[in-house]
Amino acid sequence: MRMQQKLISEINKLAREIGRGVNLMEVCGTHTQAISRNGIRQILPENINLITGPGCPVCVSSQKDIDAIVSLALAGIPVATYGDVLRVAGRFGSLDDAREKGARVFGVYDVVEALALQKKYPNLVFFGLGFDTTTPMTAWAIKKGLMVYSSHKIFIPAMQALLDLGEVNIDGFIDPGHVSAIIGSKPYEILGVAQVITGFEAQDILEGILMLLAQIKDGRKEVENQYQRVVKKEGNRKARNLIFEVFEISDGNWRGFGKIPGSGLEIKKEFSHFDAKVKYKNILDKVDFSLSKEPLGCRCGEVVRGLILPKKCPMFGKKCTPENPIGPCMVSLEGACHNFFSSKN
Amino acid sequence: MHFEFSELIMCLAYPGKIKSIKNGLATVDFDGIEKEVNVSLVDAKKGDYVIVHAGFAIEVMDKKTGEDSQEIFK
Repeated sequence: MRMQQKLISEINKLAREIGRGVNLMEVCGTHTQAISRNGIRQILPENINLITGPGCPVCVSSQKDIDAIVSLALAGIPVATYGDVLRVAGRFGSLDDAREKGARVFGVYDVVEALALQKKYPNLVFFGLGFDTTTPMTAWAIKKGLMVYSSHKIFIPAMQALLDLGEVNIDGFIDPGHVSAIIGSKPYEILGVAQVITGFEAQDILEGILMLLAQIKDGRKEVENQYQRVVKKEGNRKARNLIFEVFEISDGNWRGFGKIPGSGLEIKKEFSHFDAKVKYKNILDKVDFSLSKEPLGCRCGEVVRGLILPKKCPMFGKKCTPENPIGPCMVSLEGACHNFFSSKN
Repeated sequence: MHFEFSELIMCLAYPGKIKSIKNGLATVDFDGIEKEVNVSLVDAKKGDYVIVHAGFAIEVMDKKTGEDSQEIFK
């Protein structure tokens, strides 16, 4: 605790010395959660603005992918995915809604569980989503014979897109801890902005913020690593090799952003036997995805771009709550809306 | 220390200690709670501390860092 107080007083000191307003963006759902749970936004000096970005995989899943996987479930294909996704609604409702209509839908904790389910339901499809951290597990499972609909994404192109859009002036990024465990620290260098790879405890996050402020004060734009106990400079090569053995880079579809070049991951031709987009092309071709639109009035897309904080959305906490979520930012435990709502109550 | 295993798909920063490994599957001790963890993505051995994400070890910590990290949570 004494260490945390020391960090806060050093943050205050640097913030005073910098003087101007500073925007720091976190881009990891678990950081969003840890910041809310520990009340970090509230204890920061007034000129240090903590923005939340596109770090929640469920939140940035495109409406098209949700509509596609729900369509498969409704067509009688058993579907498994991480629990958080089941409640994200699309044009045909959510996977949970599909289950109520009799579809076979399963929430799983990991791909091993999905592989076990496949023994019982041989035509099961796993809806694979997540960034560089969860893609290696899906790649591993595809090699073991799991059929997958890939909504996987590479994270750094989204950070680049945020900078290119220029809608928010970002002085520094709190880089994600476990994405970095896989990719290492080098890929971030192309962004040319102050960054600190940061762990998930309150003390880690305070330390990360302090390191960012020190960079900003000195005018440095470096990639520093606060989370050295886990993240190695070269990342996890074994995991990365596995990703690119099974997946190839494509254009990814992100809620709030649309297409981001080079941010998507599709299953390679040699594994197309396990690609649900190939296997069930006949079902997916019949779906008119031009009608796949985000829920009316939902501002999740602006939240993940860091343009607004959840409380700016007129539906936040009123029409849209964790019990009755309108959009994925309120559904996911890592979503900004979910976390702002939970810490408020 | 408190965490839920339902949070495993998110970034769980708490390291676990490998008690045994068999066919790429490790029995990992998280402060008294044992869990099967896939270790195919790392080079890990008995006694190592691992960081686990969605059922898989994604990085290995040496003994000292692992023990120090567990202390942070106590």
